[in-house]
Amino acid sequence: MTTRRETENTDWVACITAIRDHGDEAAFARLFAHFAPRVKAFLMRSGADATLAEECTQEVMATLWQKSHLFDPTRASAATWIFTIARNRKIDALRKQKRPEPEELPWGQDPEPDQADVLALQQESDQLGRAIAALPAKQRELIEKAYFGDLSHSEIAADTGLPLGTIKSRIRLALDRLRHAMK
Amino acid sequence: MTRNQITHHLTDALLMAYSAGSLPEAFNLTVATHLSMCDECRARAAAFDSVGGAMIDGADTVELAQDSLAATMARIRAGKPQRETPVRRAGLFPAPLRDYVGGDLESVRWRPVGMGVKQAILPTSRAATARLLFIPAGAAVPDHGHRGTELTLVLQGAFCDEVARFGPGDIEVANEELNHTPVAEIGADCICLAATDAPLRFRSLMPRLAQPFLRI
Repeated sequence: MTTRRETENTDWVACITAIRDHGDEAAFARLFAHFAPRVKAFLMRSGADATLAEECTQEVMATLWQKSHLFDPTRASAATWIFTIARNRKIDALRKQKRPEPEELPWGQDPEPDQADVLALQQESDQLGRAIAALPAKQRELIEKAYFGDLSHSEIAADTGLPLGTIKSRIRLALDRLRHAMK
Repeated sequence: MTRNQITHHLTDALLMAYSAGSLPEAFNLTVATHLSMCDECRARAAAFDSVGGAMIDGADTVELAQDSLAATMARIRAGKPQRETPVRRAGLFPAPLRDYVGGDLESVRWRPVGMGVKQAILPTSRAATARLLFIPAGAAVPDHGHRGTELTLVLQGAFCDEVARFGPGDIEVANEELNHTPVAEIGADCICLAATDAPLRFRSLMPRLAQPFLRI
């Protein structure tokens, strides 16, 4: 199980790289088959009807293709990146609001990230996924509501004991390297 | 922009709500502007995004329209290739704030609110208000409390209140329990981005009368 999931996560990274470098439609079709039905479910649980959810899902997946050059596998898994695109589309389509995002970090000279960094981040993403799956049902439901529904921030319990520290320091490391490369 | 000595950061609850997308627009703007200045909080926000990624990865699926993939490919072919890479522009305001102001500091349309203090309300949804505050060096913002949450992010200069000192990049998260009088430090005018989800509650009579007029 563990090995399969780890393979899967780094495999998604390879798919996005193939789209970026070669416009690989077969790689895109694989990503689409896995993520599009989940993105649609996410949008419908957030209050979109089937028609709007379908339209937004297609836009989210098209954005993945168009912005594939901005994906950084040392800072996010494919699922995380797709989640952020879907979340922003949701705010735009359902709330009719802009979503202010932090200023993008400028790229260093070397566009190819260190494979060891990529693997480490992807493995920690797996770990987090397993930790969430292992949470008591009530806690998991709360997080699900926070991320899928429109729960206000005062209702969210932040203390779930998830291993966010490790993934945080990993991302921090990626940011540090990026900053260093800019010097 | 990241060389600030930031000591006051965002709370986990706010970062998680920003990641989940459940904050009002004015708060999103203030959080995004702080994240642009603070690597520590940017990394923490990314960790919360990972939770969202794990949730979507483990989520149930819904059946797609029959031609969904083909329709998406058609969208991709119809769209323009986006190969631009981000450029950092010089100036005081990080990119998200610049988008709302329509430029940097010189584009702000200040309105005086008395005693040298100036403000500019930014266009966001009505659920909360975002405003830029200009506090002359050494001046004070009238003593006030909050009915909801107030975020105050320092962009330039520094202010002190009953809680602590806040310098560039620092963010103060104030709730209903806090009555405070922020005072700008001598030496430099203080410019802040503040978001409130309920009107501020001034404690002296004059500002209270002016409150509906000032929209604060």
